[in-house]
Amino acid sequence: MSLDLLNLANVIISGVLTGLVYGLMALGLSVIFGVARVVNFAHGEMMTIAMYLTVALFAGLNLDPFLAVLPVAAVFLVFGYALQATVINPFVTRPDHSQFMLLLAIAVIMTNSLLIVFGPDARSIRLDYLLESIELGPLLIDRGKLYAALVAFGTSMTLFGFFRFTLTGTAIRACADNWLGAKVVGLDVKRFYALAFGLGAACVAVAGCMMSLLVDVTPALGPAYTLLAFVIVIVGGLGSMSGALIGGVLIGVSEALAGLFITPSAKSMFSFALLILVLLIRPRGLIGNKL
Amino acid sequence: MNRRVIFVFAALGGVLLCLPSIANNYVLSVATLFLFFAYTGQAWNIMTGFAGQLSLGHSLYLGIGAYASAALYFHFGIGPWAGLWLSIVLCGLVGSVVGALAFRYGISGVYFTLLTIAFAEFTRIGFDHWDWLGGSGGLFLKVTRRDQIDLLNLRGTPAMFYYVILALAATALALSAWLLRSRAGYYWQAIRENEEAAQALGINTFRWKMLAVVTSAAMTSLAGVFSAFYYNNLFPEQIFSINRSIETILGPIIGGIGTLIGPILGAALLTLLADGVTELVAALGWEVAGVKQLIYGVILFAVVTLLPHGVWPVLARKLKVSR
Repeated sequence: MSLDLLNLANVIISGVLTGLVYGLMALGLSVIFGVARVVNFAHGEMMTIAMYLTVALFAGLNLDPFLAVLPVAAVFLVFGYALQATVINPFVTRPDHSQFMLLLAIAVIMTNSLLIVFGPDARSIRLDYLLESIELGPLLIDRGKLYAALVAFGTSMTLFGFFRFTLTGTAIRACADNWLGAKVVGLDVKRFYALAFGLGAACVAVAGCMMSLLVDVTPALGPAYTLLAFVIVIVGGLGSMSGALIGGVLIGVSEALAGLFITPSAKSMFSFALLILVLLIRPRGLIGNKL
Repeated sequence: MNRRVIFVFAALGGVLLCLPSIANNYVLSVATLFLFFAYTGQAWNIMTGFAGQLSLGHSLYLGIGAYASAALYFHFGIGPWAGLWLSIVLCGLVGSVVGALAFRYGISGVYFTLLTIAFAEFTRIGFDHWDWLGGSGGLFLKVTRRDQIDLLNLRGTPAMFYYVILALAATALALSAWLLRSRAGYYWQAIRENEEAAQALGINTFRWKMLAVVTSAAMTSLAGVFSAFYYNNLFPEQIFSINRSIETILGPIIGGIGTLIGPILGAALLTLLADGVTELVAALGWEVAGVKQLIYGVILFAVVTLLPHGVWPVLARKLKVSR
C-alpha cells in the first residue's frame, strides 16, 4: 500500500471507532424519542455532565474511566428515570414547542451548573496506555480509541438484547408502538416512558465516559453534541436503534475524511449537508423502521 | 377592550415615544434591545404562532439579512436603505427554498424543525469560511461619530437607532394584527389547528404555508439589517448561532405564542429579567461565570411548567380583554 492510501485507511479506522461512540450517544436519543416521543434537546448537555463526572472521578479518586463507566451509568439511569417521571411526563401530550422549551431550560441549567462548578477551562484525562498504538499489519490503531469503541459497541449490543429478549424490553417496545394498546393490556405506560428515558440517559453516560478519553471537555460542548446527536439519528432514522449506530459510524467517518481533505473546522458542514440531503430524499432516515 | 386597558396601552405608547428625552443611554440601550426582540418575536410568531410551523433556525434570516446589507455598504458604499431590499429579497428567496423543499417533500413536525436548524448551521459554517465577508474573523463597519445623525447611512446616536427599531416594532404589530384578521390569517390558523381538515375544505395549504415562511423570513431580515448597523460588527459564530434563534423564540413563547401582545410582553419580561438578574448577581457579589444564565434557566423552567400557554393569555383573562 502506498503511504497516502495507508494514511487514508488509518483515518477511516479512526473515524469508525469515534463513530461507534457517537452512535451510542445517538442511540440514547433514539430510545428516548422512539418510546416517550420526547425530543431531548438536553442530550448533549447530559453527555457533557457524564464526561465531567468521569474526569472528576479520575482526578479525585484516580478511578480508571473504564471502571467509572458503571457508577456513572447507574447514576444516569436513576436520574433519567426521575426526570421523566416527575418533570417531563406531564409534557408528553403538550405541543412540540412547549416540550422543546422545557428541555431547553433543563439544558441551560445543566451547562451553566457545569460552568460554575468546573470553570470554563478544558479538562482531560491523561493515561499512559491510552497513548499507545496497536500495530495491525501496516495499520496503526489508537489503543484508547479502540477500547472506547469496543465498550460503546458492547453497550449497544446489550441494549439491543435487552429490548429483544427480556419481558421489560418487550413491554417498552409495546408502549412505543401503540401506547393506547399498551395501556389497554394493563401496562403502566408512564412508568415505561420513565424507564426508557433512564436507559437513554445510561447510554449517553457510557458514551460520555468513553468520549472523555478522546477529547478535552469544556462546558460549551453540550449544544454541539446535542446537534450532532440529532444529525446522527435523523440520518439513521429517528426511532430506529440500528440506524442510530450506523448513522454514528457514517458521521464519524465523514467528519474524519472532511478533516483530512478540507479543514477540520468545516467538518460539521458536511454532516449538516448530509442531514439536509437525507431529510429531503429519505425523511424517515436511511433505516426508517420503528424501534 | 375596556377603557382602563386602552388607557394603559396609550400611556405605555406615549412613554415609549418620549423615552429618548427622559432616559439616559443605558436605559435607551435596554429599551432598544427590548424592541428588537419584540420585532423578531413578532416576525417568528407569524410562521409558528399563526401558521403552526415550528422554526428553530431564524438566525438564518437574521444573518443573511445582516450580511447582505453590510456587504453592500462595506464593499460598495451602498447605504442600508437601498441594501435592505437585497436583504428582503435574499431572505424571501432562502425562506421559499427551505419552505418549498420541506413542504413539497412532506416534512413536518420535529423533522421540519430540525431542517430549519440544519440550514442555519450549514450556512453558519459556510460563512465562517467565506473570506470576502471576513470569514470567522468578522466583518466590521466603519464607526463614525456617535453624536451626529446620518439617517441615510443609518449611522448616528442611540436615540436614532431607538426610533428606527420602535417604528419597526410598531409596524410589525400593525401588520400582524391585520394579517391575523385577513383571509391569510384565518387560513393559517386552520392549517395550524388541523392541516388535513384545512386541505379537505379546499385550502391550498402549500401556498399559504409558503406565504407564512416567506413573510416571516423577509421581516426577520430587517432585524438583521438593523443589528448589523447598530453593532457595526458581524461574526458568523454569533449572528447565525442557534442561540440567536432561541433568543428569538423565547419572547413569544413566554409571552403567549400565537397572540399579538404575547411577543411584546415576552420581550419586555425577558429584557427586564436579564437586566434584573445581572443587577442581582452584582449586588450579591456572585459574579462567577454562569450564575446569571443559571438563574435565567431556572426562571424559564418555572414559567414553562407553571404557565404552559404563556403569560398574556392569563393576564388577558384577568383584565377581561380578548386575546
